[in-house]
Amino acid sequence: MLAESPQIRNTSCPIRGANQSMPETEPTDETPMIEVRGLTKRFKRRTAVEDLSFTVGRGQVVGFLGPNGAGKTTTMRMLSCYMPATSGTARIGGYNVYTNPDEVRRMIGYMPESNPLYTDMRVREYLKYRARLKGLGVRSSRDRVDHVTEVCGLTDVSSKLIGHLSKGFRQRVGLADALVHDPGLLILDEPTIGLDPHQIRTVRKLIRELGKTHTVLVSSHILSEIEMTCDHVIIIHQGKILKNDTVEGLRHKMSAERHVVAEICGSRKELLDWLEHSAEILHFDVQPANEDYLHCTLTPAEGLEDLRPLVFQTAHEHGWQLRELTRTRHSLEDIFLKVTRREEEDGF
Amino acid sequence: MRAFTTLVRRELSGYYVSLTGYLTIAAIQFLVGLSFLLLLEALNGKPWDMPFTEAFYNNGLFFLILLLGTPVVTMRTFAQEKFSGTYETLMTAPVSDTGVVLAKFLGALIFFLSTWLPVVAYPLILRRYSVDLAELDWGALGGTLIGLLLFGGLYTAIGCCASSLTRSQIIAAMNTFALGLGLFLASFLTHIVPLQPGWQTDVFSHISLIDHMKDFSRGIIDSRQVVFYLSLTVFFLFLTTKSVESRRWR
Repeated sequence: MLAESPQIRNTSCPIRGANQSMPETEPTDETPMIEVRGLTKRFKRRTAVEDLSFTVGRGQVVGFLGPNGAGKTTTMRMLSCYMPATSGTARIGGYNVYTNPDEVRRMIGYMPESNPLYTDMRVREYLKYRARLKGLGVRSSRDRVDHVTEVCGLTDVSSKLIGHLSKGFRQRVGLADALVHDPGLLILDEPTIGLDPHQIRTVRKLIRELGKTHTVLVSSHILSEIEMTCDHVIIIHQGKILKNDTVEGLRHKMSAERHVVAEICGSRKELLDWLEHSAEILHFDVQPANEDYLHCTLTPAEGLEDLRPLVFQTAHEHGWQLRELTRTRHSLEDIFLKVTRREEEDGF
Repeated sequence: MRAFTTLVRRELSGYYVSLTGYLTIAAIQFLVGLSFLLLLEALNGKPWDMPFTEAFYNNGLFFLILLLGTPVVTMRTFAQEKFSGTYETLMTAPVSDTGVVLAKFLGALIFFLSTWLPVVAYPLILRRYSVDLAELDWGALGGTLIGLLLFGGLYTAIGCCASSLTRSQIIAAMNTFALGLGLFLASFLTHIVPLQPGWQTDVFSHISLIDHMKDFSRGIIDSRQVVFYLSLTVFFLFLTTKSVESRRWR
């Protein structure tokens, strides 16, 4: 009787798994999608990536951010088993990229930088070829191609030659190719490079949509792009990770100073008087703006979170007109510039 | 295996869908036809004592096709993929390096051999319209085709190897031509170096492509020659695999 209980039956599963030629523990849903430890890549003269360590959980959309030549493409190539690392390990869904490249390749949908495609093939023909190459059967490849054609909005161009497509459509073909074998992880290297603003928007939208069902690692040197599409960001510079945080967390940490910008129309003397004597304002700067307005940049005193209610209150009391009242938030761009500049200063 | 057949099919469609593919076929057909014409001229009204296949391959056009045709066929195999960047998408698909090399080699070889296909019709034409050659020497014909397969295999392997070393199709074609020509010219060493008994003569006679083809076209299949071509083909394919793998340690 006892032998039929589910607990007993379950215990035999790990043992059966251990008998297979798998060198590591059987991957489960708990295993992070990407696990990188001390990844280093040296070329003949220079070190492209040095001692990189990060983890990407399942279902995350992670932006890989860095200036050109920071090591983004090299890292992605190592993760997609195109080239091995000099040292360190990388695991995709629990599989080591060096010892189990076939499993890893099946798990990854990779779109390289500049999105190379066979221009002499038709869209549908190409996707079918890629699906078959990635090991799908005739029937399943047909179904998957139908699916990704629809998801990526390629239905109208499916019988066109890839060479005749616009760059935006080619990018979608690349995405469809990355998706065709239903991978758990998408690695996209600069997916919006060279597109016009409209095309960029559609591709970003597509990535955001895909992020709901897939783990995505997307690289870019355009900051607003990462800000829009990702919930997690890794800033890499000269082969090293400088920041690894959520977009929100990074913004929160980096914007310790909270300037307030106000545009006020009123008596200049009164305004300066108030600014000088207010205990809450540590520092101020007043510049004339157009139409009699004064552009004030205010720095709050230590310990004060937000100046805006105070400014509004005062303006109301004095009968000043207020046309702008904002707290400057650091955009990812500022953070990025700040972080990478600091690194360069250290270097010199 | 599924990935392998997919790759071979892709290679073949690359040849048969492109304009260069048909230009290659046309050029090779022109030379083969010219060769047949020369054969007919020679046959015209004269007594004939050797297998016609031997005459067909002795006029030198066979080697011209081999030396010029294979670089054009094989130059695109790796160089084009490297140039356009599709090499990266190919090598990150779940396929092995060896699988890719073999698929590309097989695709190129099948295409190259297919350009020779109309040759099969020539003996039949001769048999139909000639009195002397009513009896077809099947042995000689079979030997010739085996020779064509072995030569084609070796030169295609050389071409794949040259193509895997570079991003430029032109450099790949030139390297293939230079290597192939060098191998071909080695045949003349037996004529240049005065014949004297010794190991040199033995070695030279074993690497003489012209003599080998003469044997094949007479229907003589020497296992030493078969081993010579097969092992060289395997050697060049091995080099190609190493060159493809080199991205890992370079």
